[in-house]
Amino acid sequence: MHPFVLASANDPETAIANHADDPELAFIAGGTDLIGLMKDRAALPRRLLDINTLPDMAGIEALPDGGLRIGALARMSDVAAHPDARRRFPVIAEALLFAASGQLRNMASMGGNIMQRTRCGYFRDEDDLPCNKRRPGSGCSALHGLNRNHAIFGWSESCVATNPSDLAVALAALDATVTVRGPAGERAIPFTDFHRLPGDTPERDNVLGRGDLIVSIEVPARAEGRASHYLKIRDRESYEFALVSAAAAVAVDDGRIRSARLALGGVAHKPWRLTATEAALRGASLADIEALRSAIAASFTEARPLAHNVFKVELAQRVALRALQMAGARA
Amino acid sequence: MNPVASVARDARANSMTHDDPRVTVSVAVNARVRTMTMEPRTTLLDALRDELGLTGTKKACDRGECGACTVHVDGRRVLSCMTLAAMQDGKHITTIEGLERDGNLHPVQNAFIEHDGFQCGFCTSGQIMSAVAMIEEVKAGWPSAATTDVARPFSIADLSAAEIRERMSGNLCRCACYPNIVDAVAEAAARS
Repeated sequence: MHPFVLASANDPETAIANHADDPELAFIAGGTDLIGLMKDRAALPRRLLDINTLPDMAGIEALPDGGLRIGALARMSDVAAHPDARRRFPVIAEALLFAASGQLRNMASMGGNIMQRTRCGYFRDEDDLPCNKRRPGSGCSALHGLNRNHAIFGWSESCVATNPSDLAVALAALDATVTVRGPAGERAIPFTDFHRLPGDTPERDNVLGRGDLIVSIEVPARAEGRASHYLKIRDRESYEFALVSAAAAVAVDDGRIRSARLALGGVAHKPWRLTATEAALRGASLADIEALRSAIAASFTEARPLAHNVFKVELAQRVALRALQMAGARA
Repeated sequence: MNPVASVARDARANSMTHDDPRVTVSVAVNARVRTMTMEPRTTLLDALRDELGLTGTKKACDRGECGACTVHVDGRRVLSCMTLAAMQDGKHITTIEGLERDGNLHPVQNAFIEHDGFQCGFCTSGQIMSAVAMIEEVKAGWPSAATTDVARPFSIADLSAAEIRERMSGNLCRCACYPNIVDAVAEAAARS
């Protein structure tokens, strides 16, 4: 790794001010992504500020209304093991448990999880191949290169990478919010607005700016929360990133869907919410497979697969259907 | 576990413009307090092996992909290649060298020998450190990706071979001793 200076944060205000003033400073919490990026020279911060020392940011709180507040420094394994998280939002616990390994889940923070950068091989390559995320303006090697793992929705000529977070897919489906403190104070960002599409600035994964510190993630109470499921399809059965994944949550009355929430992972630069499908599913019978299939197909008219990932269009629809059925079985 | 008295935090605070970037930390490694001064970029893995001479912890991928470097920090299994030694100030660290008691191997170590859970041995210290902590996770009721219903409490009686394979998937064995590793972990868990 390149040389850098390390300090511990004493209070959030100073940490925010340091980060706002210093473009070469990075926060570090679990470090499981950042240290890998530094080893691959895809991130070269000159100063690291250890935020694990900040107070009151690691709690997991079951809110009286049925929601959940998760501190940004809570570890993935703590949330996945938390009885209220498991009971209220199985899709969150499952998304966490299907990610990484036991060791990494003990290290990785919730805030860091949603900040993790793409696993695109060109972005991570130590040989510094053209990549607009790694070196803005250098081009996209994946657009006409190996793009089996890449996006089918929302990509641009600048970048066809996908977001690797499983957790983010579940949080997008549940309309969670991210509470961020910045130089101008605190704000709540709807989860579906947190990550960006690449456009002409793929180096920006999300809407955070300098001096922004994730404080917590809030998951609102949901009728659909308990009947929820995360389904992840990958090249090996464990310890692998998703080819395609789906987070589904449903509220059901007498076998008919009152409301459904569906988001896909592995298909876009951000978690891909299937809003057209959700609208079409209202009132559908969970037993009517054809109705479910056509509701899901409604979100795929805009799919634009690349040379090596045409299979994702069919796979993603099957994964969405299966996730929806498995969530429905819990209703 | 009580935190180890920190020698470093005050000295390190707000040192970001300091000419000498080296940092000093105190950690308890296998119950012995050790104070180290090093560059911040030193991983915990390199500090254990190169600063303290504890070479039982293995360096294989150095990218958080294989699990060979697994150690315990405050009782939890972590990858020592993916964390900085300078961030462990005040922590308790256990390596494979710290598992034995009074010259007797840990039950998980014995189970690996009984079940022939290794060939070349390079992944073995990571496998064993991972298994020891994993069994504690099971006792604490943690579910896994192999658990059908995560909402239900999990107990050691639910620890099937499929559960063990999933929970140990962060430890790769290039010799592919997996069946024997699963048997060793199952027996150690049942006896614990």
